Amino acid sequence: MVELIVFLIAAAGTLAGALGVILNRNPVHAALSLVGTLFGIAVLFVAQEAHFLAAVQVIVYAGAIVVLFLFVLMLLGVDRAEDLSVEPIKGQRVVAGIIGVGVLCLTLVALASTSFEATGARPAEGDRNLRVEAVADVNQLGESIFTDHLFALEITSVLLVIAIVGAVVMSRRVKRDQLIEDPLVAAAEAEEAARREAEEAAQTTEPETEGADA
Amino acid sequence: MLLAVAEVTPAWYLTLGALLFTIGAVGLMVRRNPLVMFMCVELMLNAVTLTFVTFSRMLQDVNGQAVVVFVLVVAAAEVVVGLAIIVALLRRHPEVTADDLKVLKG
Repeated sequence: MVELIVFLIAAAGTLAGALGVILNRNPVHAALSLVGTLFGIAVLFVAQEAHFLAAVQVIVYAGAIVVLFLFVLMLLGVDRAEDLSVEPIKGQRVVAGIIGVGVLCLTLVALASTSFEATGARPAEGDRNLRVEAVADVNQLGESIFTDHLFALEITSVLLVIAIVGAVVMSRRVKRDQLIEDPLVAAAEAEEAARREAEEAAQTTEPETEGADA
Repeated sequence: MLLAVAEVTPAWYLTLGALLFTIGAVGLMVRRNPLVMFMCVELMLNAVTLTFVTFSRMLQDVNGQAVVVFVLVVAAAEVVVGLAIIVALLRRHPEVTADDLKVLKG
């Protein structure tokens, strides 16, 4: 009974947040909706007795990742609203909707074909992680990570170092003379030059209409 | 009345995960702001972690939760690198959308 109420509230928050992410025009509002989803997921983790993961979810996702998003949005000043009424690629949303329905059907069919009858079933071979009947707690999680998954854990530490170095390298400011030629900038500059040239040509040929043009 | 009889089975959590994954996938295909697209990727990752935790509880196997820890680490690394790319990009073209990114040169 309690679990049902908790599930319904958390699921509603999660779905509302997810819809908020994709429907909000302003990216800052989308990031704040994402917090709702992440908290809902954390509550669902607690409801499933994954307490450690719930704490990590709140600390890492809501505490670090969303703050990172908001920092980028606000420091760069790119928090202007996107116009969602225009559809830049014709038929994009229809196709996206169809693919979305397809993904949903696929996952639900996979679910229906496996999970409904497999509830509570155990894998055939005994694993030493399965020896405890009770729900996995943080001690077992730690034991699993630091014994069975030790190599993967070490690899993730390397991954994090690479990510930090990559972030620093990519977000440093490039000096003007070291800039790689950019097609977008080049196109804009060429357009600007052509416009200026055309203006000058118009001024030299018809100096008497200058006042009318301005 | 309905609340009294209904029981939360793992299938409910898995269905919620499927819905969340779908919303994230549709958002990724529809939105054009690179930052919002990144948030949609986070939604999909969260849907998968929810599914992992549910299966971990269903099968009484702690390895599902161990995988979620790694997913969290990889998601953090992905966000850091992705946001660095987006920062480098938006600094030079503040109005850029995913449609304009035909080249990968910063």
